[in-house]
Amino acid sequence: MPSDSPAAGLPVDPPTPTLPGRFALFLAFAKMSLAGFGGVLVFARRAIVDKHRWMTADQFNETFALCHFLPGPNIVNLSVVFGARIRGLTGSIAAFLGLLAPPFLIVTTLALLYAHYGDIPALRRVLNGVSCAAVGLLLAVTWRMLLPLLRRREPIALVMLVAVFVAVGVLRWPLPQVLLVTTPLSIAATWLARRRKAA
Amino acid sequence: MTGIGTLVSIAAAFGWLSLFAVGGAAAAIPEIHRIAVDLNHWMSDAQFADAFAIAQLSPGPNVLIVSLVGYQVAGVAGALVATLAMCVPTAALAYTVSRLLTRAGDSPWPALVQAALVPLSIGLMAASGLVLAFAADGSIPAVVLTVAAAVLAAATSLNPVWLLVAGGILGLLGWI
Repeated sequence: MPSDSPAAGLPVDPPTPTLPGRFALFLAFAKMSLAGFGGVLVFARRAIVDKHRWMTADQFNETFALCHFLPGPNIVNLSVVFGARIRGLTGSIAAFLGLLAPPFLIVTTLALLYAHYGDIPALRRVLNGVSCAAVGLLLAVTWRMLLPLLRRREPIALVMLVAVFVAVGVLRWPLPQVLLVTTPLSIAATWLARRRKAA
Repeated sequence: MTGIGTLVSIAAAFGWLSLFAVGGAAAAIPEIHRIAVDLNHWMSDAQFADAFAIAQLSPGPNVLIVSLVGYQVAGVAGALVATLAMCVPTAALAYTVSRLLTRAGDSPWPALVQAALVPLSIGLMAASGLVLAFAADGSIPAVVLTVAAAVLAAATSLNPVWLLVAGGILGLLGWI
């Protein structure tokens, strides 16, 4: 900090937010969570970067990269890491609860209704239709993620992809065991491929 | 009501799974199905397909499908235990790691590991699609609707909610 800067009381950094308190964190994450049908990430970025300016786009990407790298639901990790950076442990708990408590109440209410009325033929037909559309959406997301991989023509990545698909989807082997074998293999293959490219 | 033993097995199953949940909840579907339907017989294939549909229809993180599985087994307590088991261990890990390294730094390893995990998560998501397709009722109209929704979602930027609603209406009309 240059001590001779004029108007020393004014904030200097580009994101100049008043950092949210714990209740504001809870509310902000509750809002993005309840807005997020089929994925909360887009809404989280919009709220944190664009609306509240609590982080710059770069800070957000860096935080998200860390959360994506760690196991577990990415957006849950993001709430915890973001809350911790703003308000420490209690900030993380506030953001975590904001993200999960309201939609949990909704889902549990739906579960209760389903347990009582799930056998009604009309509801069965609706859920069948929704289920088909939801699987279609999942396939579309998978296809969109697959395209860049196909374009780059990385044979080893494609072999790993097919191996995991067959092991978990067709043979129904347990996920932990499959990942314990394929993750080191994939890391080694990626490392070798990059070294060859650099050489 | 179910006893403590059931809650403990829910917590153990999802707590363990959460550590291997790379690529988000969608990639964990095959293992959630294996735990809930094949191993423990907590629910039928049709109930699992319904749980997925309800989770997609609800706002919030997709991981909440485990709340529905937990509810099916042991009511509200089951839903709570399943959700916490799936979210708290990895949240605690994320909290600890973020405190240890305030920034990623210049190490090439995180980016490398992340790149290596991408094909694995795509393979898992494709496996999710397969498992769910087999869990759902496999009539020809159902397959046509699934493919149509996939093509529409891949080719347009239509809000996914409309596709879910359209699927529900077609189902209600008895077309599926």
